[in-house]
Amino acid sequence: MYDIIIIGAGVIGGLIAHRLSKYDLKVAVLDKDNDVANETTSANSAIIHSGHDPKPGSLMIKMNLRGNELYEDLCKELKVDFERCGAFVVATDDEQIEKLEVLYKQALERNVPVEMLDREELLKQEPNLSDHVIKGISLPSTGIVSPWEVTIAALEDAVNNGLDLHLSTKVVAIEKKEGYFDVTTNQGVFQAGIVINAAGLYSDDVYRMVSTQASYSITPRRGEYFVLDRAENPVVGRPIFPIPTEKSKGILVLPTIHKNILLGPTSDPIIDKEGKDNTAEALNHVREEVSKTVKNIPMHTVIRTYVGLRATPNTGDFIIEEAKDVPGFINLIGIESPGLASAPAISEYVVEKLIQNIRPIELKKEPRVERRAWVILNRMSIDEKQEWFKKDKRFGQMTCRCELVSEGEIVDVIHRNVGAKTVKAVKRRLRPGAGRCQGGFCEPRVINILARELNISPTEVLLDADESKILVGKTKE
Amino acid sequence: MKHYDLVIIGGGSAGLAAAVSAYEQGIEDILILERDKELGGILNQCIHNGFGLFTFKEELSGPSYAERFIDLVEQNRITYRLNSMVIHLNKDKILEYVSPEEGYVQVKAGSIVLAMGCRERTRGAIAVPGYRPSGVWSAGTAQRYLNMEGFMVGKKIFILGSGDIGLIMARRLTLEGAEVKGVAEIMPHSNGLPRNINQCLVDFDIPLFLSHTITRIEGLDRVSAVTINQVDEKFQPIPGTEKTFDVDTVLFSIGLIPENALSEEAEIEMDLKTRGPAVDESYQTSLPGVFACGNVLHVHDLVDFVSEEGRKAGIAAAKYIKDQLVTGHSFKTQADKGIGYIVPQTIHPVNVEKTIELMFRVKNTHKDVYLVIKKDGNEFRRMKKKHLAPAEMEKVVLRKADIEDVQQSVSLEIMEEVA
Repeated sequence: MYDIIIIGAGVIGGLIAHRLSKYDLKVAVLDKDNDVANETTSANSAIIHSGHDPKPGSLMIKMNLRGNELYEDLCKELKVDFERCGAFVVATDDEQIEKLEVLYKQALERNVPVEMLDREELLKQEPNLSDHVIKGISLPSTGIVSPWEVTIAALEDAVNNGLDLHLSTKVVAIEKKEGYFDVTTNQGVFQAGIVINAAGLYSDDVYRMVSTQASYSITPRRGEYFVLDRAENPVVGRPIFPIPTEKSKGILVLPTIHKNILLGPTSDPIIDKEGKDNTAEALNHVREEVSKTVKNIPMHTVIRTYVGLRATPNTGDFIIEEAKDVPGFINLIGIESPGLASAPAISEYVVEKLIQNIRPIELKKEPRVERRAWVILNRMSIDEKQEWFKKDKRFGQMTCRCELVSEGEIVDVIHRNVGAKTVKAVKRRLRPGAGRCQGGFCEPRVINILARELNISPTEVLLDADESKILVGKTKE
Repeated sequence: MKHYDLVIIGGGSAGLAAAVSAYEQGIEDILILERDKELGGILNQCIHNGFGLFTFKEELSGPSYAERFIDLVEQNRITYRLNSMVIHLNKDKILEYVSPEEGYVQVKAGSIVLAMGCRERTRGAIAVPGYRPSGVWSAGTAQRYLNMEGFMVGKKIFILGSGDIGLIMARRLTLEGAEVKGVAEIMPHSNGLPRNINQCLVDFDIPLFLSHTITRIEGLDRVSAVTINQVDEKFQPIPGTEKTFDVDTVLFSIGLIPENALSEEAEIEMDLKTRGPAVDESYQTSLPGVFACGNVLHVHDLVDFVSEEGRKAGIAAAKYIKDQLVTGHSFKTQADKGIGYIVPQTIHPVNVEKTIELMFRVKNTHKDVYLVIKKDGNEFRRMKKKHLAPAEMEKVVLRKADIEDVQQSVSLEIMEEVA
């Protein structure tokens, strides 16, 4: 019997688990996939928004503002990168300037740091803004992170401190019993006093498993992106937003924490929760839109496209509450943008308000086991790298040319407590395959390392999900 | 820090030829750094025949062709290190490489030959719509799995791109028992050698869809189908021309890109058209003492020409080390109307011995046109060309006497035949 079960190992479930691991509680995270951070957490814009945009009075704005405050310290604690790079929202005609002024006032009222800049001032900091840009606001508190690194690190830290993580564990039924829940999965039945529904795109379905009155529903809203190759001096140094529309923050040009550039996202409601396919129409739309705000985008350095699905709720705002009809069941439904920015605040609110309302909880007395940071040789001096090599020769076998990742680093992430078991899981942690050759050089090598370390045949190694085997057999002898 | 007179980055066809020729010029303090477990580079996975017709007047497999050069490296006891990847290069010609034998090592080079080859363009680079499942490969990676690792990549296959790698993989996979359902080519003509069209597609009844491209990949986890469309003159898919193939694997053979991460790190001047370094008649880059040859410089059609370029770069590097390369007056080569690029980009006439070859590619396919050479804007010579195509590297040879009076530039352009 667990005190608490969290359904979903995305950034929301991950950060709640991390916070709960500081308390004297028995907690489990269940996720349907074979790796954590596998859905929306892995495919979004990776921005810690300043909070200039959400509607006044919403939970979104409350959580976004608090989340932005918490991020820097959280990332320090987790030993992952956070960069407060700031952002610009730019206007390209007079009508847009009116909207810009509304945003500016809104930011001031919220105490979000903001400055109105004319074209000259904007260009000093972002020389590649398009010729159409006439005015803009600067939002210096905006940040960028790697959402999956935050999530993986949070879960590694939580597992170090007592969390049980059950992957490939799909919840199929939930039954409210006297004082506890039966959570039935493909891996058996788990029991817990409190269940937290952090199932992202599927959070409406999960709620319906336990409620007959559930009226919330999620519509996946598809966002398509281009990824540009890393560059020492990316075309922009901070996210460049157009003036937002009713349905989205618009199509952005932004740097990632790893110095790639992202272009996107589009915003198209779809039906299929697995509809992660790119469309020619949306990609063309992105190409057209980005040229309105930024020029000199090196489109010949596009290395990939991807799709993220936002979990858009039918209520227009985050749903963060103990279900009125199911005491002990906490719903986190519709955590779409700015969900990533809000995640630490949501975690704080869930643990310190919602759970404490249900039962008392106490901090652990024993000292915490600190998370060991990933070994990233590429950031070290040659002497430091040589020290790692002396410990293990595999730190001298370069596996990935583009991102400079050694075999030793890969072996380390395979054997961690939230271990990488697939090619994509290795890529998510260390980036082999995320560079300009897209795995052309490293993928055969990563497959061989995974096969050896997991003691399986290379033909059993997965790209991603359980049906995604890569090789189909041996060649003729 | 250890010093070498000459460090060659890459032990493939270009690097091996450069090493051997520099050695023959009397340079003995040479280090070849190769990232793979054996010398030979990409030739090792090219087990088909057809290499060496120019160099050796016979048809060899890739590994046999490489062997000829590796034997010379061994005989001359030229030092090489395997599993050794160069990860940094700076303006002072200091390199950092790493290997499981030595770890992280810095060496200082008197001269460097860049011979890193190229990488494949990927599905991501052309942003093909659809899902991103397993079973999508660049053709060269699939070739490595088959020919070096011994694994099959799929059973029912579709290939985009009719360059030579795509054609050869169509045959290779068929011989391994896979069903290749077709090859699509966005251009109205194939980019492969005619003999490969016949021997790899026609002989196996594999259909070639010219002026077609893949417009969608299906399959959430593993490829389940691809759709192709015919394209118009602007290469845009024509609605209503969809054909769908039930396959588990898609190979992309859509071009090669010179692998210049190190050149960029050393801030070597690049040519945006070739995506390789800009070089002079001696294959010297903007960083004195650093030379480039083979596919890192511009993508070649035949390995024989890569070896030849490597040989010349090796000789030039030896001259540099012996302080025999001269600077002084130079002029630019200029790719004008219809010309995609020219290598070399700069010429110092004083270093040209008897003749200089300008290697170039045209932008479009032409029949019965003139290739016009201009010196400082004035027509110098015109040559009638029956057939020119982007897929075929061309060259013009100029005598030293032809270029000694050039001030600013020698340009090439295509001129339509006037009636």
